[in-house]
Amino acid sequence: MQLTQKHQEYWNKNLRITAILLFIWFFVTFVLGFFARELNFNFFGWPFAFWVGAQGALVVYVIIIWFYARYMNNLDREYDVHEGEE
Amino acid sequence: MAGGPAPSGTGGVFSAGSQKSFFAQLKKVYTWYTGGFLVFVVALAILEQMGLPRNWIGYVFLLATVMLYAGIGIMSRTSDAAEYYVAGRRVPAIFNGMATGADWMSAASFIGMAGTLYLTGYGGLAFIMGWTGGYCLVALFLAPYLRKFGQFTIPDFLGARFGGNVPRFVGILAAILCSFTYVVAQIYGVGLITTRLTGVAFELGIFLGLGGILVCSFLGGMRAVTWTQVAQYIILIVAYMIPVVWLSIKHTGVPVPQLVYGQVLQKVSAREEELIKDPRENQVRDIFKARVDTANAALKDPAKAYADGKAALAKGVEDLKAAGAEPAKIAAAEKALSSYPADQAAAVAQWNKDKGLGARAAPMLRHAEAFPGKDEKARDVSRRNFLALIFCLMVGTAALPHILMRYYTTPSVKEARESVFWSLFFIFLLYFTAPALAVLVKYEVYNVLVGTEFAKLPQWVAAWQRVDPGLLSVADINGDGILQRAELAIGGDIVVLATPEIGGLPYVISGLVAAGGLAAALSTADGLLLTIANALSHDLYYKMLDPNAPTARRVMISKILLLVVALLAALVAAQKPADILFLVSAAFSFAAAAFFPALVLGVFWKRASKWGAVLGMVSGLGITMYYMVMNQPWLRGVFGVTSPVELWFEISPISAGVFGVPLGFAVIIIVSLFAPAPSKAVQEMVEHVRYPNVRAGNA
Repeated sequence: MQLTQKHQEYWNKNLRITAILLFIWFFVTFVLGFFARELNFNFFGWPFAFWVGAQGALVVYVIIIWFYARYMNNLDREYDVHEGEE
Repeated sequence: MAGGPAPSGTGGVFSAGSQKSFFAQLKKVYTWYTGGFLVFVVALAILEQMGLPRNWIGYVFLLATVMLYAGIGIMSRTSDAAEYYVAGRRVPAIFNGMATGADWMSAASFIGMAGTLYLTGYGGLAFIMGWTGGYCLVALFLAPYLRKFGQFTIPDFLGARFGGNVPRFVGILAAILCSFTYVVAQIYGVGLITTRLTGVAFELGIFLGLGGILVCSFLGGMRAVTWTQVAQYIILIVAYMIPVVWLSIKHTGVPVPQLVYGQVLQKVSAREEELIKDPRENQVRDIFKARVDTANAALKDPAKAYADGKAALAKGVEDLKAAGAEPAKIAAAEKALSSYPADQAAAVAQWNKDKGLGARAAPMLRHAEAFPGKDEKARDVSRRNFLALIFCLMVGTAALPHILMRYYTTPSVKEARESVFWSLFFIFLLYFTAPALAVLVKYEVYNVLVGTEFAKLPQWVAAWQRVDPGLLSVADINGDGILQRAELAIGGDIVVLATPEIGGLPYVISGLVAAGGLAAALSTADGLLLTIANALSHDLYYKMLDPNAPTARRVMISKILLLVVALLAALVAAQKPADILFLVSAAFSFAAAAFFPALVLGVFWKRASKWGAVLGMVSGLGITMYYMVMNQPWLRGVFGVTSPVELWFEISPISAGVFGVPLGFAVIIIVSLFAPAPSKAVQEMVEHVRYPNVRAGNA
């Protein structure tokens, strides 16, 4: 299998977006989770930390996965590594 | 078919020609199916109004849904290997998402989740976040690469990536370990629900449910399981939503509980402050505390305490008689004496039971308070365990073979990525709702039940207390005739099971909820059994023992093994193993420690080598098991561990994976750095899985 400069670039971009999304995942889960006692201001009726655990974090997770799928599927086309339509 | 128009035709439904027309056809079939199911529920509701007896509704729900699943199973029967193991790799992203959702959400999610949240408040959110956030790891680290790799099982990947049979064999063992503990819990759940729905004995319920599981997976493997799981997802989500929406309309006037329960939570919190200050609540807790203290003191020297207790009562009777007290008082004292435990063993059993009342003497939990604790240190430990549990559940999610296997079934890498999104979306619908349900039920309990006279409690309280006192029991501990919060003992499962009655809905909705729980348990059990059977037939038999076995024989062996494993699991479940919830969570720690480091490094680090992976998996899993066996009360009993409990960093044994995962990563990296780099062929394979499609000669 011959990999070119362009393939390497594709992979690096993949790694970069993976790292960024992973950081967001980590922040929402563990950083906000760690400071849950302090983050208890009223957020539309919920204490903020409770809302994050019950809803906010979940919404962010769904968006992370949606964005990754969209980004990578576009990247596949841009770097001509997509499937089908030879 | 009572469950509405099941996919019609002769079995061609799940094997159409082009992918596009296949998708269109699936959409049509499942739309009709959903409509048919709703018509079926409405028809039953009308029949109920006309006087159909309740247990008949239970039977109809059980039979109709199990026959429906069986019908799909029979239509999808196959003995083709690709169809049997990966549903022909033709499952569109959105349907694979629904199937994964049903595969994922077990009886614990459907029935137990809202109850856990009710009982533990903020602490229970660890499960909500852990069991959803794990999909980020699936999406970013595993699904697309496994799909590109494109084989049949997870041990397949380990075998190909790390070379040789040893990594594959470790993978097989780990896959069986975590799937089997998990499947026992599912079959147990199936037995419980069947019993509740129809009133048959628990053991019979297990084997009835087992029939429902086997008709799907036995005939058509992954193909049948996939299409049944889609059908099961639709039933379970409808069953979960209807009662919650109803309860929300009742309390807030808005049919979207997820958006408005913040207001209800505020009212609950305000009510909690009242209850915490309430002197009668404290009185009840003091009574419990006194019982615990008495029990603890007695257990220090049971023989003396037993003799003293008996002597004191006997003396009381004598004294009363000598003083010439009223006959009623003497009779009461004699009754107390005669109901005193007959021997020391019975007394010790009673004291041990009283000792367990400690939880009911504990101060009330504030639902929205994060990391409660009596001082800074206790709060810190609580926070540490909360985060550790989230970590284990998330990483475990991204390592459970029966979930990862599902991403082999999509038509392409592109659809695998989209499929993770749909999976989480469909799971999200339920997990987003569970915390709302818990708060709504708590509001109802704190405002309607607590403070009511015993004689005026709603009828469903007595009904459930009769069904199972473990789920709900009320007793007038301080004798004031009014129910205090502390006098109410609640089992988590009741929150979902009794919601229809709390909301005043007709019985048909209770039947629907039970059918939803059954769908959740059956679908998860299907996926797990298939994983175990495939690990044995495909990985152990075909890849390791007899590589020349013809396809038909492989599929046959897989089917036979499926039967054997299912029966074994049912036998274990019929023993009602003590700590079933612990076993489920343990499966996550096992999977996390065994698979996650090896799979992720296998894709992202070309240098990861065979022995690094083997030792990493073994040491990660080993330390996780060691920590659990040394510290978890039930496992300590099973393995006869007598050394004192020694927690590391005060992490509870349920989160043992928090030690296993980093150790696994470290061992793989260190050993691999000392070993020679993997062969060129393996390195090329890693490159192969990283790109969906490398075209020859593209520059």
